[in-house]
Amino acid sequence: MSSMKTQSVWRTPELSMRFWPVFLRNLLVWRKLAIPSLVGNIAEPLMWLVAFGYGMGALVGQVTVGSAGHEVKVPYILFLASGSICMSAMQAASFEALYSAFSRMHVQKTWDGIMNAPVRLDVIVLAEMLWAAFKSLFTVTAILGVMLVLGISYSPKLLVAWPVLLGVGITFSCMALIFNALAKGYDFFTYYFTLFLTPMMFLSGIFFPLEQLPAVVRSISSWLPLTNAVELVRPLFMDQWPEHPWRHVGVLVVFAVVSFWLALALTRKRFRG
Amino acid sequence: MPDHTLPSPLFSVDRLTKRYGESTVVNDVSFQIAPGECLGVIGPNGAGKTTTIRMCLGLSTPDHGSISYFTRPGLATSALSMPKDALTIKAQLGVVSQMDTLDPDFSCAENLLVYGRYFGMKDAQIRARIPELLEFASLTHKAHAKPGELSGGMKRRLGLARALVNDPRLLLLDEPTTGLDPQARHLMWERLQLLLQQGKSILLTTHFMDEAERLCSRLLVLDHGKKIAEGTPRDLIAQHLEPDVVEVYGVGAVALMDSPVKQLASRVELSGETVFFYTQDARAVLEALANQPQLRTLHRPANLEDLFLKLTGRQIREDA
Repeated sequence: MSSMKTQSVWRTPELSMRFWPVFLRNLLVWRKLAIPSLVGNIAEPLMWLVAFGYGMGALVGQVTVGSAGHEVKVPYILFLASGSICMSAMQAASFEALYSAFSRMHVQKTWDGIMNAPVRLDVIVLAEMLWAAFKSLFTVTAILGVMLVLGISYSPKLLVAWPVLLGVGITFSCMALIFNALAKGYDFFTYYFTLFLTPMMFLSGIFFPLEQLPAVVRSISSWLPLTNAVELVRPLFMDQWPEHPWRHVGVLVVFAVVSFWLALALTRKRFRG
Repeated sequence: MPDHTLPSPLFSVDRLTKRYGESTVVNDVSFQIAPGECLGVIGPNGAGKTTTIRMCLGLSTPDHGSISYFTRPGLATSALSMPKDALTIKAQLGVVSQMDTLDPDFSCAENLLVYGRYFGMKDAQIRARIPELLEFASLTHKAHAKPGELSGGMKRRLGLARALVNDPRLLLLDEPTTGLDPQARHLMWERLQLLLQQGKSILLTTHFMDEAERLCSRLLVLDHGKKIAEGTPRDLIAQHLEPDVVEVYGVGAVALMDSPVKQLASRVELSGETVFFYTQDARAVLEALANQPQLRTLHRPANLEDLFLKLTGRQIREDA
């Protein structure tokens, strides 16, 4: 009798190009619903931007950004737009990797159907992660388009901000998939949004400069993925290069890799019977 | 128990065991499937049927035992094993699971296209197959309908068509007709018989003894995770049962349990208000009952349902 050892859920991810048909499946479903979902995805962030940017902007006037010696004064709407686009990337990726992925995984049993074909669970998780990142990039692109029309920024470095925002989407997709793997129902995701994402929005320098915060909070803030995303994207909106790009990229990459591995391990555990 | 080792199996399961904590849900189960054969796995709820299928698919890792698939039956060196070679094996399998995993947002044709891509098939290759698959499932007129617009039987046939997209050699079907009306069940059986005629092999779990009798060349009876019988439906009935059954019900039937008529049968069982006489000679029983016209009798040959109830008992299972 041969005896088998159950493989560890922490083993190296086994990935292949077979993620592509799974990604295409999601794309095909979404293509049918793209226009209504686009309206939902960009309407809310734009309302925030217009109401706060122009409304508060009139009160605030200009905001000083940059470290000592490199201070720059920018209009509040530009300050807000460059931060809130990161927030939109985060929210779009999180929403897709939580509610939509959970529907496919748990409610519709789509993943179970796919696994009856020669496609590994690892590859499905990868496809879901890239899909959520793609949807986030799509939302971000639409918002960027509107920002160009509103004339908020014409910086040529926006072309660099675009792939950076894809990276932001990837990081937050990976993080959300951890909670997808742990969820028993949709209600669980409310905790993630209210306990993680919403506080992070206020601690990442989107609505006001981090200099306003106490030193202790600022040191925590500097390790948050959203803060690092904003630090990368904001200067690009002002046609400048970030001061410490590799540090910020590094933080995002570490968050993405560790989260993906953890999400995969927890998903393997969920499906192991 | 006779040895059922086949000379050149397509699929072979050897001494499979699966434990969850303290409970052993599959206990030392072995079986083989020959090319072109339909093997039926029957057993009460919780007997370990679905867990066995999940292990055959590499979705669950056995604690002991081996699962082999032979790309060239009869050639030992062609053996692939689960879960190590799961992807290679699954490329040659077709699966219809108990739960509906069809994509609700896609039409029937799109469901087939998208599923074929998971096998690495080219779009043109899949599109060429879609008309025949839809025709096989009697869904040609529903090519552009979504699963939500289909009846239960249509959905199940679409699931079967989807499992055939890669032209598999072996089909694993977990309760393919549960919940279907008689017309839909008969159509499903007809399609499965067609596949067997084409030389496909089928592993099927079912709760319906008429289904098992009609489709399966061999049966495996599981209970509490163990294999308790294996053989052709006819052999199993001959081996475990008396050939004739007289069912008696109506006023006074229960009292027969204490009457001398009982001696005329080799085995008597009471289930609810009905008494079952299992006998070599039904005439003697029927004559003895003739003077009690208030009793209603049904004389019939022993069938798989009798076998199933004899082997696994008449009591309702806790999780049933």
